[in-house]
Amino acid sequence: MEKKFTLRKLIITIITFVVSIAFLLPFIWMLSTSFKIEADVFKFPVEWIPTRWNGLENFKEVWLGQYPFALYYWNSIKVTVITTVISVTVSAMAAYGFSKVNFPAGKFLFLIVLTTFMVPQQSILVPQFILYRYLGLFDSHFGLILLGSFSVLGTFMLRQFFMGIHSDYIDAAKIDGAGHFRIFWSIALPIVRPAIATYAILRFIWTWNDYQNPLIFLRTDGLYTIQLAMQKFTSLNGEFYSLIMAAAVSAILPLVIVFIIGQKQVIEGIAMGGVKG
Amino acid sequence: MSVEAKSVIGNVVENVKDVKIKKKSGIEKKENLAGLLFVSPMLLGVGILTLLPIIATFILSFADWNFIMGITQIKWVGLDNFKALFENEGFLKSVANNLLFLLTVPLTMIFSLLIAIVIDKHVYMKSYFKVAFFMPYISSIVAIAVVWQVLFNPTDGPINQFLFSIGIENPPTWIADPNFALISVMLIQIWAAIGFNMILFLAGLQSISKELYEAADMDGATAWDKFKNIMLPALSPTTFFLLITGIIGTFKVFDLIAVLTKGGPINSTTMLVWHLYESAFVNLKIGYASAIAVILFIFVLIITLLQWVGQKKWVNY
Repeated sequence: MEKKFTLRKLIITIITFVVSIAFLLPFIWMLSTSFKIEADVFKFPVEWIPTRWNGLENFKEVWLGQYPFALYYWNSIKVTVITTVISVTVSAMAAYGFSKVNFPAGKFLFLIVLTTFMVPQQSILVPQFILYRYLGLFDSHFGLILLGSFSVLGTFMLRQFFMGIHSDYIDAAKIDGAGHFRIFWSIALPIVRPAIATYAILRFIWTWNDYQNPLIFLRTDGLYTIQLAMQKFTSLNGEFYSLIMAAAVSAILPLVIVFIIGQKQVIEGIAMGGVKG
Repeated sequence: MSVEAKSVIGNVVENVKDVKIKKKSGIEKKENLAGLLFVSPMLLGVGILTLLPIIATFILSFADWNFIMGITQIKWVGLDNFKALFENEGFLKSVANNLLFLLTVPLTMIFSLLIAIVIDKHVYMKSYFKVAFFMPYISSIVAIAVVWQVLFNPTDGPINQFLFSIGIENPPTWIADPNFALISVMLIQIWAAIGFNMILFLAGLQSISKELYEAADMDGATAWDKFKNIMLPALSPTTFFLLITGIIGTFKVFDLIAVLTKGGPINSTTMLVWHLYESAFVNLKIGYASAIAVILFIFVLIITLLQWVGQKKWVNY
């Protein structure tokens, strides 16, 4: 009985494995193509393991060729890291204020913040664009960073965790004479550190992958993030698929690394809050 | 104050706060100030970058204007923009496509549920499978779209090469064919959304207690019985959540269209947000674009309200 069950499980595992490989074929194709010479890209049957390796040259062309790919990469890293830091800070502060500071306006203000959650970002693009041109924030990294810095979702998510902290801790600290900023910094934040990590990783992924905001709020080529650069690269290199795939691999790689490091947090965070970018 | 507070602490903390607030206006002021300081960055950001713009969207939807003209050139046209919407083929096609796109939501959910059930109990290497099916979610839509663009290439692409090789002489030309373009985009959307749905279903499945299954086994329940009477009811909050966020998500589809098809060929893949983008930032019709934005906002609002009502009615906890 026991053994039969195990065999069954093994067979299902193998079938599911085959399905998962089929599911991942676009990625496998992308990776293998990025190492090929152009002439082998469309060979059929597909050479999943390149016979003629050209990976080094392809990646060299992408990174050191005529496009400043390193610059775009740097832009993305800069925008993503700063957005993540600001967004986590702003959301954590607001979440603490809305859950652990007892002030009468708090409930009402939280309701206001929460209602903005149902405004689809695209329905306010036009006024944001006008506002940005007016304020001189258009076509700047700072403006782009600001757009990703005020997350209702992050506030809501972190608030749930702050509410889980027993008020005894806070009150005890108050009696010892600690103000709210002390309590926030040395008591509340350390307790919710796992939630902060989860939100930070998610915000990193969402910002890195953002295409719409850079498309609308950046104009100068030198400010492009990797997603914009990727598309520009594609339209300029239309026929060089091996190079395009090398660029695509480069664009996805940092996220795969972040994801592998923070896999548990990402999956748990998504499962817990049911959050979506 | 500390003596007074200490005597109550540990019992009813809420009462302490009430007492404090009523009696000590100094403390109340301090709490107020601290509260405002903590939430003010968020409030400022949301106020300036979301609240102000949404109000402006409604106002602009009654105007005829573009970015190049000065603010004094603005003309008020009443409901003309909305009338224009319903006379514009691009808009009507977008709405139709958005409605068709709704099909991706249940399809994604069915596949994701199947995968989640299999992964939950019936396989080894569970964490590998989680990561594998989750990969598209963490990959940028731009990279994904570019890869699929090549895979779907009508003559040289691996997909059609494969179809040729198994004897299909005239395979569809996918994103180049007006009849197939939207379906192609929908396929990619389903593929990309499975990971997110699966993770949520998995979380739901893991929260079902083993005793329920054991009790069902003792009663001689079949696998189907267990699925119908244990899993589905237990998963109803997840299912409902995924349905709602999935529907809202389809109204926001933009990246895939922008990179893959730009609404073409011949408007066959235009969708609300793409139409909005094109009207505002290519054709510079601000008033018209704002009217689309208002419609989009109303759609999402209705679905969100449905969620609030429905959550109480249809979900078994």
